[in-house]
Amino acid sequence: MDIKSRRFKAVDLLLLTLTVLPLLGAMVLKILFTPVTEGITISGALVYFTVPMPLQDLPITEAQVNSVAVVLAILFLCLFFTHGLSVRPGTKRQVIAEWIVEKCRGLVGDNMGDPFGGFAPFIAAIMGLSALSSLLSLLGLFAPTSDLNIVAGWAVLVFILITYYKLKCGLGYYLKGFTEPIVVLLPLNILGEVATPISMAFRHYGNVLSGSVIAVLIGTALGGLSELLLGWLPGILGDIPFLRVGIPAVLSMYFDIFSSCLQAFIFAMLTMLNISGAFSAEDYEKRMLKKLAKKNKKIKQEN
Amino acid sequence: MLELAIGIILGCCALGAGICMGIGAIGPGMGEGQAVSKACEAIGRQPESKGAVTSTMIMGCAVAETTGIYSLVIAILLIFVAPGLMVDILKSAL
Repeated sequence: MDIKSRRFKAVDLLLLTLTVLPLLGAMVLKILFTPVTEGITISGALVYFTVPMPLQDLPITEAQVNSVAVVLAILFLCLFFTHGLSVRPGTKRQVIAEWIVEKCRGLVGDNMGDPFGGFAPFIAAIMGLSALSSLLSLLGLFAPTSDLNIVAGWAVLVFILITYYKLKCGLGYYLKGFTEPIVVLLPLNILGEVATPISMAFRHYGNVLSGSVIAVLIGTALGGLSELLLGWLPGILGDIPFLRVGIPAVLSMYFDIFSSCLQAFIFAMLTMLNISGAFSAEDYEKRMLKKLAKKNKKIKQEN
Repeated sequence: MLELAIGIILGCCALGAGICMGIGAIGPGMGEGQAVSKACEAIGRQPESKGAVTSTMIMGCAVAETTGIYSLVIAILLIFVAPGLMVDILKSAL
């Protein structure tokens, strides 16, 4: 397709609009549903709607809506980046997309080894989702990662993958792994197994939540301080909290941008290490060889 | 009487949260400080290994931080969730 054609540009514009649209929608919902309050409020996710269900009403909260918005935004951003790919990079965005893909493959290859090369898209998806979800607080929206339910969902997904790769060496091998090095440690091993997803979820959630709580506390404190120091100014000047301008932004650099990206990296890193640590290639190979030998024996006997 | 009981509940929750966070932050602080100091030493000795050491150190810090995060979660529960629950229980008991 010609890059300079009108149709190409129109599709580009459409994709970019679709990237921004979910986030704008989330903002509109937030403005519509936020109750008017005085002073500071530190609350969990707002409940937007309640869907009646047979067993229990299903609340659709801010966190769920925002995470779906992030998913849609990432989807259309990826479509935008991969729009008009060619063998020779003709656009800047293709260079960026190739750089991202290469970096992810390199990271996964370094940390997980060869048998897990196919995990690069999964890891990249988790990292991008986590980072953009946490960065959503820059737009004034509720970051989905500061709700435990969202992060716990990801952690459960990782736990399923870990168990799947542990089961690859056989159920007996998996169960035997709990009694090592001695049988007495069985309860501790089971606890350790369950603790993996819990600690992953709590680590991510606690870090993001503590940042937002501290941001609210500091904002309020600076407002009070400026009222105390600059409240004598005449008229409307006295009502403006001057100290609130700029100073929270410096903290936001750490809590919102640095911490978000770091937590996304750590979550992806732990995912990689846990999954690749669960699978022992040597034992798997041994098991496969044993199976093969059995098969060969059977064939020989039949003959 | 009810006011006094509610006051005691709120005060104890706040106190508990403060103690929990204060003691819980000691361990991760010391652990992370040790990790970073050793990483600095390692980088000083072998500047070419900076990248590998830094990423390993960040991972180690994240793992060492876990207990601190647990105490943070408990403190947050104590401040925002526990008082409401306790007061509800108290009211239903009376």
